[in-house]
Amino acid sequence: MSQYLYIALMFVGIYGLLSQKNILKMIISLNIMELGLNLFIISTGYIKEAKAPIILFGNEGNYVDPLPQAIVLTAIVIGLGVTAVALMLARNIYKTYGTYEIDEIRGENDD
Amino acid sequence: MKKIIAILLTVAVALFVFTNLYSGDSDFKAFGEKSLEETVSKEFVNKTVDPQRVQPETGSANIVTSIVVNYRGFDTMGEVTVLFVSALGVALLGGVLRKKVTFRYKPGFIINQGMKIIVGIILISGIYIFVHGHLTPGGGFPGGAMIGSAFLLMYLSDDKFRTRIAAFKVLEGLAGSLIMIVGLVGLSTGGYFLYNFLPNGEIGQLLSAGIVPVLYVLVGLKVGSEVSNILGDFFIGEVEE
Amino acid sequence: MIEIIGVITGALIIVFGILAVESKKLINSVVYLSLLSLLSVLSFIIMKAPDVAITEAVIGSGLVTFLFIITLMQDKKAGDKK
Repeated sequence: MSQYLYIALMFVGIYGLLSQKNILKMIISLNIMELGLNLFIISTGYIKEAKAPIILFGNEGNYVDPLPQAIVLTAIVIGLGVTAVALMLARNIYKTYGTYEIDEIRGENDD
Repeated sequence: MKKIIAILLTVAVALFVFTNLYSGDSDFKAFGEKSLEETVSKEFVNKTVDPQRVQPETGSANIVTSIVVNYRGFDTMGEVTVLFVSALGVALLGGVLRKKVTFRYKPGFIINQGMKIIVGIILISGIYIFVHGHLTPGGGFPGGAMIGSAFLLMYLSDDKFRTRIAAFKVLEGLAGSLIMIVGLVGLSTGGYFLYNFLPNGEIGQLLSAGIVPVLYVLVGLKVGSEVSNILGDFFIGEVEE
Repeated sequence: MIEIIGVITGALIIVFGILAVESKKLINSVVYLSLLSLLSVLSFIIMKAPDVAITEAVIGSGLVTFLFIITLMQDKKAGDKK
């Protein structure tokens, strides 16, 4: 059940990317999409009644899948880098054109 | 009109994914039904846990850390490089903007003095997290980001604090070169890059797990200086007054 | 029981996601995004991933929010834009 919700979150992000015309809204949608994908990848490694993958004494075996966690750990940090570069580009666009709206940058006014 | 098309397109693709995700020939198991026996992770877990092994490949108590730093160490090095390229891009793009951001509300006396107490606590907890990366959850990436947030507090509370600090660039280059040197020492002693050449010790001790703590401290320092650089670059810019 | 909490958290995440995409003021969007990250930390803990939870709490809901807010501060009228 939960994993369908996480995929739905990813599609909320895709919908935002398709429909929004504000640059900052698009970057926010990108973040939402990335978060939904991360949650889904973690949910593929979840095992019922299993424990977090840390060896404690008297707790051997029966762990959740650690590989998706290792991959998502790196994906989150790279997401920060992507967001930082995208926001700096948005600031430069604002400095040049004085607006964040894509329509006004293009000089069009049809809906 | 555009919004309706966007909704229709999204719903169509979503329905396609939802119906085919767990159908007959799909590789995904249902939520929570997966078995560790049929994945590649079984090898990683057994190599770390198995009590019959006299010399485990990594003595790291946190299995995620042993994957990130040891089995996929080359991948982590590439990722730190990606973060470096991102910091470089932010610095280059922000070079157009000259003036430092001025805030409407100046930081007062209480923030100025309280910062001096709180920054130490945040810095120490960040360092604790990446030193104990092989024992407890956490590691170099959140620890480095925490150090970056300590510097963010410094930037915010003191408007005379310089943003582009040269020491970060030195620290970043030093940590990056040391990661390469550790990898090359492994290459010369064990035969492949980032070989675990230090003794593994006993699982659960602070000085265990071979090169894992060394590498994670270096990754933490590098990520911390890169995140501080990125945050500092965002303070350069103009506010329309 | 813990699965029910996971489903409720997932549903709340989607509600906040739609709010973040559709709200009129940009500053509200940013705050909803931060809230979304904070709820996802709970989801990560329910799915037994403490490493990812710590990283997401520091980066996703702390630093990314700051980057967005300082970008918005450049634009005086950003709060009123659609």
